[in-house]
Amino acid sequence: MTADMASQKVRRHEWLTLLRRAAVSRRGTVGLSLAGFVVLVAVVGAIWTPDSPTAFLYEPLQKPSVQALLGGDYLGRDVLSRVLAGGWVLLVMAVAATVIGVGLGAFQGIEAAYLGGRTDTMIMRGMDVFLAFPAIVLALLIVGTVGPKLWLIVLAVGLGHVPQVARVMRAAALDIAERDYVKAVELQGVKPTRIITGEILPNLVSPLMVELGLRLTYSIVIIAGLSFLGFGQQPPAPSWGNMISENRIGLQTNPWAVIVPAALIALLAIGTNLFADAVARAAIGADRQVEEAFVRTEAARASQ
Amino acid sequence: MGDHPHAGVRRVAEHRPRASRVGGLPDGEPKDGCEKRMIARAGARRRAYARAHPIVSLVAGRTGQGIVTLFLVSLVVFAATQLLPGNAARAILGFSATPQRIHALELELGLYRGWWSQYWGWLSGLPVGRLGTSLANSEPVWRLVEPRLLNSAVLVAVSGFTGCLLGIALGAVAALRHGSLLDNSMTVGALAVLAVPEFVVAIGVVILFSTVVFHLFPGVSLLAPGENIVQAPRLLVLPALSLVIVTIPYVYRMTRAATLEALESPYVEMARLKGVPRWRVLVQHALPNALAPTIQVAGLTFLRLAGGIVLVEEVFDFPGIGQGLVNAVTDRDIPVIQFIVIALAAFYVVVNITTDVLALLCSPRRRIPA
Amino acid sequence: MTAPVRLEVRGLQVCLAGTKTDVVSEVDFEVAPGEVLGLVGESGSGKTTVALALLGYARRGLHITRGRILLDGQELLGIPERELPALRGRQVAYVPQEPAAALNPVRRVGKQIAEILRVHAGGDSDGGDVWPRVREVLAAVDLPTDAPFLRRFPHQLSGGQQQRIVIAMAFACRPGVIVFDEPTTGLDVTTQRHFLELIAQLCATSGVAAVYVSHDLAVVGQVARAVAVMYAGRIVELGPTATVFETPRHPYTRLLMRAVPSLDKAEVIEGIEGLPPRPVSRPAGCSFAARCPDVGPECLSSPPATVDVSESHRVRCVRIRSNEQAASARQAIQLLSATQSRPAVLEVEGLRASFGSNEVLHEIGFTLPENTCVAVVGESGSGKTTLARCIIGMHTNWLGSIRYEGEELPRGARQRGKDMLKRIQYVFQDPYTALNPRKTVGQLIAQPIGHFYELTRAEADARTVKVLEDVSLSADFLNRYPDQLSGGERQRAAIARALAAEPDLLVCDEVSSALDVSVQATIIELLRRLQAEHRLAMLFITHNLALVRGIAQSVIVLSQGRVVEEGPVEEVFGRPRDPYTVRLMSDAPRLSAAATGGARAPTAPAGRTEEE
Repeated sequence: MTADMASQKVRRHEWLTLLRRAAVSRRGTVGLSLAGFVVLVAVVGAIWTPDSPTAFLYEPLQKPSVQALLGGDYLGRDVLSRVLAGGWVLLVMAVAATVIGVGLGAFQGIEAAYLGGRTDTMIMRGMDVFLAFPAIVLALLIVGTVGPKLWLIVLAVGLGHVPQVARVMRAAALDIAERDYVKAVELQGVKPTRIITGEILPNLVSPLMVELGLRLTYSIVIIAGLSFLGFGQQPPAPSWGNMISENRIGLQTNPWAVIVPAALIALLAIGTNLFADAVARAAIGADRQVEEAFVRTEAARASQ
Repeated sequence: MGDHPHAGVRRVAEHRPRASRVGGLPDGEPKDGCEKRMIARAGARRRAYARAHPIVSLVAGRTGQGIVTLFLVSLVVFAATQLLPGNAARAILGFSATPQRIHALELELGLYRGWWSQYWGWLSGLPVGRLGTSLANSEPVWRLVEPRLLNSAVLVAVSGFTGCLLGIALGAVAALRHGSLLDNSMTVGALAVLAVPEFVVAIGVVILFSTVVFHLFPGVSLLAPGENIVQAPRLLVLPALSLVIVTIPYVYRMTRAATLEALESPYVEMARLKGVPRWRVLVQHALPNALAPTIQVAGLTFLRLAGGIVLVEEVFDFPGIGQGLVNAVTDRDIPVIQFIVIALAAFYVVVNITTDVLALLCSPRRRIPA
Repeated sequence: MTAPVRLEVRGLQVCLAGTKTDVVSEVDFEVAPGEVLGLVGESGSGKTTVALALLGYARRGLHITRGRILLDGQELLGIPERELPALRGRQVAYVPQEPAAALNPVRRVGKQIAEILRVHAGGDSDGGDVWPRVREVLAAVDLPTDAPFLRRFPHQLSGGQQQRIVIAMAFACRPGVIVFDEPTTGLDVTTQRHFLELIAQLCATSGVAAVYVSHDLAVVGQVARAVAVMYAGRIVELGPTATVFETPRHPYTRLLMRAVPSLDKAEVIEGIEGLPPRPVSRPAGCSFAARCPDVGPECLSSPPATVDVSESHRVRCVRIRSNEQAASARQAIQLLSATQSRPAVLEVEGLRASFGSNEVLHEIGFTLPENTCVAVVGESGSGKTTLARCIIGMHTNWLGSIRYEGEELPRGARQRGKDMLKRIQYVFQDPYTALNPRKTVGQLIAQPIGHFYELTRAEADARTVKVLEDVSLSADFLNRYPDQLSGGERQRAAIARALAAEPDLLVCDEVSSALDVSVQATIIELLRRLQAEHRLAMLFITHNLALVRGIAQSVIVLSQGRVVEEGPVEEVFGRPRDPYTVRLMSDAPRLSAAATGGARAPTAPAGRTEEE
């Protein structure tokens, strides 16, 4: 009666199960819809716009009409086209910054937990220093002194995530390393590398997913903010943050040039945050251990 | 929505009992007996002192760490601003600069001195107020920054305290009415508002109260020269409102969680079973235990605000250090950048120490040894 | 002073909020003044729910839906919610399970006792000054009454002191009824004994009617004159303690009695297979039918009614007529006696272990012969777990010598060779954290097999299945994840994992303390069987002395890091010599029928069957 253990893996891909569970929850559905809508707008705009986003087609700050559904911006360009085209760069940058930040941060955090002792203290003290800067200040510092190159912005924002993610993942890794089931495998004399990959990493998937979601929200917010300040895509290329800043003077005349990009940024951020929260709740529901680890790293999440 | 460091995590990491590291079981031969005892005794004395005077040792420890952090921060700032690829002077003046102008600027910046001497020159000037001259205005940095500091301080203080008070009140109410429609809607609302970037909130506030919908308050906070914000409070309203809106959801969420945890705790249940009336249970049992996390949240709020003012001041043209920093970055005004960033870092250290001490005062378990 | 009180409960029912699913139902009993009624049951039986309901309190998600609770004739459940606090603490008081958690960490203990007096002002406080009464109750529980003590915070007290504070609070307002909810959990045996005597004495002198909730039958036997056994939310048997323990009539009680280990005799203990049904999935008939050895067709169709066996003894079972014979005696076991002539597998000599600079084990020495089980007993803090961890290589701060089959063991597991590691295996205490939640049972067991042996896939699979069979888990469990398993099943899986390496020495560290009595018995019997079948040397760590009889040939008694006595179990337990051991043996609760406290036996209304 030999059973085939390879088949019937109920938990084949835990991250997939988490995502699915989050997506069907109420918060998850709302979040996914909001964010999805904005992503759709950005993706559509990357391929097609009704008019050229940079051509001067109308009177400055022209009110909306049938031709120009959102009117003209302060230089007379078509707001609708600019809105459509102004999002995808933000999305790509935000995703890239998140991946860099979470990847590096998780690696550092787990490394610090693994090596322990003085290396651990040194790594964490180093992180402490970067925590002393508000993220946007750090990004400004880096970007402002070298120049608003897009890849640099991505790097700067990504680096800004690293200390926080490192903290959370380190706490989670340490927490799991203390568990009896890890000790049980250590007692067999299994090598530390295999312990990390075999016992600890699989249990870190949940906290990692949650961090990814939360960090994505931040990336969006910071990159949009930098673009608002002028450190992003340079004009005449459209970007939502920049559009808000440059069309401000025309608020009385054609507010849509400001309202629409602002609303899109807001919806995107709200949507990702709601979905990230749904993922966190799905992780808690998944098993009690994750809940305990989550509760313990809740303080780490306190900087949200 | 700058994210911020917090004392919380550090505390979690430091006070946890350090069990085995990930890498495996502790190993290594114990040292020779005599050596071990000596080391153990010294450590034991230090620990004994720390146990007996927890507050003093906490302040001392944190201050020490804070100084180290500030030092490291200054290194980072200096490195970022002075040790640029390429020549700093050239970067500042741009391509149109003549060689004479570049040379003059290099002299002025002291770029001919060695790296270390440049750094030391700058660092030693900080405590005595010799902060250098703004590159953009040729004015002493302090004269430029001081009024901005005051304005931002007022803005942060007003927004911070208002936001904290409202957030705490709403959070406590939500916890008390846990599961009700009020609680659920406020919580989801908080989650949504939490995510919105501050500058979007600020723009929204401008649209709502200043430009499009109502015209109650000025959309920009332009002060007359020599005037500070205290003398023109009307200009403070909208920026403060934006920051308050951004702050409340966060404080609300944490207060609600802390209060809920206190309300569901075994000692609150025990108080109920003792027949203590509901009101008294809340005030004398639940709230005192929710105090420590709330203090931490308040500290974190102020830290977040320090980042939030950057964008909000830009929206409102508010003459504070946030706007000052953005201008300085745009102008590559290095001395100003350096000073403002150090000031922010110092603020971070002070707030952290304060919250740590206050939180310690609220936890007898940590304050008084068993 | 209040008049003597009776506690009368009729038809109490507590349901899940908003549903008709009951968590406990049809609960009936009475307690006379000065008397203690024991309420026993395993996890999920609903005993804590009943205990809280006696104060008119239900935890979140529960709702008291039906029944009457009469305190001295006064109806409790009909009172509007806002008037209940006046009764709680005053007419009926509660002593919680974990005093450390139940005391407010930021308030001084004196104030917390004074609080209950102030809140019920008029309840015997001298018109406003509560402190004399505070001092009085503290003295009654043998605690200091000076101001510095009153100003302490809870974390500055020991566990025993915290427990006494909580009792003092309960007695402060002189209530008529006190509910004790597993109050001796975590106390050491001697403190527990004093505590039980204290309760009995206080109840007798003040005429308080007490309900004592516990899962520990021996403890209940010490303190309660009558006992009610709960299963799946119902009282299945109620009667005088002596009667119920000696001649249990309900099949569940019978099986439960068989699962309780005896301190004085080496006997086989039997667990109960299966699990109690959860409230949402209770069957139409008797909840115990699925596990009952006596089940008949009438048990499945409708819930059984309560039958009176005698005037004070009633049972909820319809097969009562057919199982009138007394509970059969338990089978005695013949453990192979410990002989020194067997070669030693493990020799410990001069072991000194420390945490930091703090030495916790002082000069420990003993030998463990092959094919023998040696128990290590001691209270918490005695160092027994540290000893186990030194042997297994988890704790490395020790000096001395540990020899395995003559070979010196290095301090840490890291320095030991694979062969050495394979031969000494360890089973952890908490089954809920011992298994990686991300792995299936099959993967968990296959892991040591793959690590220690070079086998083909098919061979490894076959061995995994065999090991599972050894621990009585079917092959279905291979693909299940730990959170799909019950506590007992998890512990069996953990034992299987340890066995998969085919060790010679198995170290079991309190492996059953986290489990219910009926499950514990299964695990102990399993270990005993495995030890005999595989000829294992076993080191069995426990604080529960009674378990030792059923599994170990010799025993080592540890106290504060020192071996105070060792030898064959029969000698050490039967004729203890060291004063500490003597005290342990006399303080340990036994399942004897004698219960102290209370003048009158409780009366169950004669001839009643169940209805509201």
